[in-house]
Amino acid sequence: MNTALSWIRAYVPELTCTDQEYCDAMTLTGTKVENYHRLDHNLEKIVVGQIEKIEKHPDADKLIVCQVNIGSEVIQIVTGAPNVKEGDKVPVVLDGGKVAGGHDGGPLPEEGIAIKAGKLRGIPSNGMMCSIEELGSDRNMYPEAPENGIYIFPEDIQVGIDAVDALGMRDTVFEYEITSNRVDCYSVLGIAREAAATFRKPFVMPIVDVKENGEKIDDYISVEVKDPDLCSRYCARVCTNIKIAPSPEWMQRRLRASGIRPINNLVDITNYVMEEYGQPMHAFDLDTVAGHKIIVRRAKDGDEFQTLDEQIRKLDSEILMICDAEKEIGIAGIMGGENSKITDNVKTVLFEAATFNGPNIRKSAKRLGLRTDASGKFEKGLDPHNAEAAINRACQLIQELGCGEVVSGMVDVCQPMKSEARIKFEPEKINHLLGTEVSKEEMLSIFDMLEVAYEEGSNELIIPTYRQDLTCCADMAEEVARFFGYDKIPTTLPTGEATAGKLSYKLRIEQKARDVAEYCGFSQGMSYSFESPKVFDKLLLPADSPLRNTIVIANPLGEDFSIMRTISLNGMLTSLATNYNRRNKDVRLYELGNIYLPHQFPLTELPEERMQFTLGMYGEGDFYTMKGVVEELFEAVGMHQKTVYDPQSGKTFLHPGRQANIEYDGTVVGYLGEVHPTVCKNYDIGGRAYIAVIDMPCIVEKSTFDRKYEGIAKYPAVSRDISMVVPKNVLAGQIEAVITQRGGKILESCQLFDIYEGEQIKEGYKSMAYSVAFRAKDRTLEENDITAVMKKILNGLESLGIELRQ
Amino acid sequence: MKEKLEQIKAEALRQIQGSDALDKLNEIRVSYLGKKGELTAVLKSMKDVAAEERPKVGQMVNEARQEIEAVLEEAKTRMEQAALEARLKSETIDVTLPARKNNVGHRHPNFIALEEVERIFIGMGYEVVEGPEVETDYYNFEALNIPADHPAKDEQDTFYINGDFLLRTQTSGVQVHEMEKGKLPIRMIAPGRVFRSDEVDATHSPSFHQVEGLVIDRHITFADLKGTLEEFARELFGEETRVKFRPHHFNFTEPSAEMDVSCFKCGGKGCRFCKGSGWIEILGCGMVHPNVLTMSGIDPEEYTGFAFGVGLERIALLKYEIDDMRLLYENDIRFLKQF
Repeated sequence: MNTALSWIRAYVPELTCTDQEYCDAMTLTGTKVENYHRLDHNLEKIVVGQIEKIEKHPDADKLIVCQVNIGSEVIQIVTGAPNVKEGDKVPVVLDGGKVAGGHDGGPLPEEGIAIKAGKLRGIPSNGMMCSIEELGSDRNMYPEAPENGIYIFPEDIQVGIDAVDALGMRDTVFEYEITSNRVDCYSVLGIAREAAATFRKPFVMPIVDVKENGEKIDDYISVEVKDPDLCSRYCARVCTNIKIAPSPEWMQRRLRASGIRPINNLVDITNYVMEEYGQPMHAFDLDTVAGHKIIVRRAKDGDEFQTLDEQIRKLDSEILMICDAEKEIGIAGIMGGENSKITDNVKTVLFEAATFNGPNIRKSAKRLGLRTDASGKFEKGLDPHNAEAAINRACQLIQELGCGEVVSGMVDVCQPMKSEARIKFEPEKINHLLGTEVSKEEMLSIFDMLEVAYEEGSNELIIPTYRQDLTCCADMAEEVARFFGYDKIPTTLPTGEATAGKLSYKLRIEQKARDVAEYCGFSQGMSYSFESPKVFDKLLLPADSPLRNTIVIANPLGEDFSIMRTISLNGMLTSLATNYNRRNKDVRLYELGNIYLPHQFPLTELPEERMQFTLGMYGEGDFYTMKGVVEELFEAVGMHQKTVYDPQSGKTFLHPGRQANIEYDGTVVGYLGEVHPTVCKNYDIGGRAYIAVIDMPCIVEKSTFDRKYEGIAKYPAVSRDISMVVPKNVLAGQIEAVITQRGGKILESCQLFDIYEGEQIKEGYKSMAYSVAFRAKDRTLEENDITAVMKKILNGLESLGIELRQ
Repeated sequence: MKEKLEQIKAEALRQIQGSDALDKLNEIRVSYLGKKGELTAVLKSMKDVAAEERPKVGQMVNEARQEIEAVLEEAKTRMEQAALEARLKSETIDVTLPARKNNVGHRHPNFIALEEVERIFIGMGYEVVEGPEVETDYYNFEALNIPADHPAKDEQDTFYINGDFLLRTQTSGVQVHEMEKGKLPIRMIAPGRVFRSDEVDATHSPSFHQVEGLVIDRHITFADLKGTLEEFARELFGEETRVKFRPHHFNFTEPSAEMDVSCFKCGGKGCRFCKGSGWIEILGCGMVHPNVLTMSGIDPEEYTGFAFGVGLERIALLKYEIDDMRLLYENDIRFLKQF
């Protein structure tokens, strides 16, 4: 909301402060000033001058030499402007002055443009005549200004006076951010009331006194509200003998400062009152209203209606319409109809000031794709009392500004209005909530400024109807706090029972995962929770994959963000691709993020959100690098049992010969592998990429931070090497399983130290060598212990088709 | 005899002086003091000396031996020292050659900011908790005193699954989950992902992160809220940071406020970073609305509390001077490596 400070001052006449003081003080009481700007910024030494004589420039076809009377003297100015003639009164910037912008109306330079006396093609020029753009404004705000040329004042203006003042530019426009609860502050009067309370100065409401012409309103119009649920009040008044003309200068200035372009007296008055009272109004040409009857009712599905912007609108049965005896003439609270719009020939005007249902207006405007100044105000939910005040104000202005006569009386179709709210006055409770010691008297004086009355007998505060936001003691505490000063409230720390600060166990495990990933060279990434349903095809998932059962967003930003992910790989592969395409080498990324698994469709309970620890990399490293990260993680979270890697993991998106499910303690806790070349291609990743996905809920369940010291072995270990020729299809895991199982209690470790395929090894076989260590906790092992266990192991290995080498 | 010993000694010392290597010294030791050495030979020839002369000669031989040994030892020490020095000299390396690093990975700036926030509040006795990202309408809106027709519920801002389920637009719903557990007092923060229907650009993302804070106890005041958040701001942005509380409106708090901090770039003088105002808006907060307490089963006559919500991305962007929010979701390693 933009408003000139001069307009606020009209209701707070004793307000004296600088622009910055005003900005700071208002912000601290809750009417936040977003920014402000002086309309006369960079306008210096500019007066009204009259052109007395124009001559051609001797050396330039496009220039003229003007003798300009500036009151105190006549100065010579050379200009190229095409529109001036002798006798014109124009803004003149004198030598040493400043203008705000160039004549082309481009962005305004920060420091303005300094004007100095000089010569133009040899002829002295002692100043400059200004266009409206040079004065920092535009034709939108000053429609009378010529499209291309010098601004020309009306003939009756006095020569020599301050031109900036004459244009109404000695003012500051403030832009406010109004919070949604303060409907009353979407009006000049509302802000003025806050300003008065902020500076503790009197607030002076305009005196509304309508001089009526004695005719009866009932002879002109009747109103019927058929859908009172959407229209709690409808006020109608009529003005006759309308004379369309420009509105007075002061009104035009105020409207301009609010960003509203002046049009004519009638339109300007409705806009002025909308700004002043925050109550939108509509004016119909009464001669177009059939039967001189207004009916307020819902539209019918499929109806069409032409709004006054000449667009055809499709209606539905939840849109409220203003109708006459025969037809629809306006969309309630949003926009009037082409068929009843005011023209310059209007004789009799019907004013409407109504209170419509806020949410209904908001939804209707949205469905129609037609959000107007009026709908923006209605949708916040207006005070029905305001409608009457505003329509009377408009009629007063019509009469006072000579725009027409006001017919006596008002048609008022009104549902029972809520009475003023009453809140118990509890000063101790307010102080307890705020941590302050504000006196009861101070509180009451704040309430008084806000027009909140206090009834001593009942100890109740009586809330004005425009303050619909005040409903309980906490609300009153905020009013006290705002005007006592948020900055004056002390700063303390909570006392009371001590609480332990901590991370949940799940978060501690996640922290470990991050630490391990980073030690291993992986950097943390982040990707969206929603993605495209196309990712399943990119990942080569079969049509019947359960992962395709996703939660679908009803109103997504687009198909690419329409489903909640059920697998965490897409984000990772996309990030790897981004890096690959930017030629980043050796990239390692990880992410901790949820997948969303619905229990049923349609959704009747919350889906399961499972945290996934996803690792991805390309460049240096291979499958076993990734496997190393997995095992580092398991060790870090106390998972010391043997991890099983099952190559039969069946992941379509991984290389069929280079993938494994990760099994721990009988549970699949994740998988890893090389990304399938086709998937790499789908994501535009060149070369090999590797991923691992760990299901964190499983890790949380299997992990522990408990550690127990087992003692450092006292007795020596004995080690043996086993060298063997192994059929290619036998996995290291199988060999280790045999060694582990048969090695029994005294087996301490078994470690692969050599693997070889190729020459010297027969076709279909590979050579492998393990170092196996034995140790007993309670004695030194003897040769026959070792011989016995080795025999068992070797027998077991032979049963796998392994040949032992000597 | 005496002359002979003197002669042997002089010759030995001459040889020692003249030798330049440890093995040479050893040879000298053997040739004089060894079993077949010259001095040993003299001792062996003692049997030819008169008995009464023997002690005297023996003493002379021993003295000569000790003297030679001492000189030998000294020479040895000297040579070892020289050898060590020579070795050290030859082993000089170029310390400016590149380091061999482990190439540790980097944490996401957003997460670094979160850890900062968590550290501060854990230190003040807050528990870090979580809530669901797919939420019900009740927890995201209704229980937070946001009625059915409130504009905040408009589809423009909220991603809906269906009428009852949605993607949470704020972490504030976690407040309600915690209060419903019925364990008081509460001091918690709840970080997490939230979703709003904003198109992606330099300052918007349809998915971002918030940290919610909630304190419920007897006698909690707005002054406590101010003190706590001022402490937080100083910890996060530096001891000299000033804070300003401005009245604001949130449905689930009353009174409500926004907190600004003095611009940490210019110290409050006004610069491009703070758009000339000297202040930067950082979070929303307020006293928990009595309706919210009641709906969550807490008696507002007995308990009061405060709540706050911080945008993590906002903190990360400000603190690390990141000028485009899209960088946070691209995961370009050149970006991540800077944190």
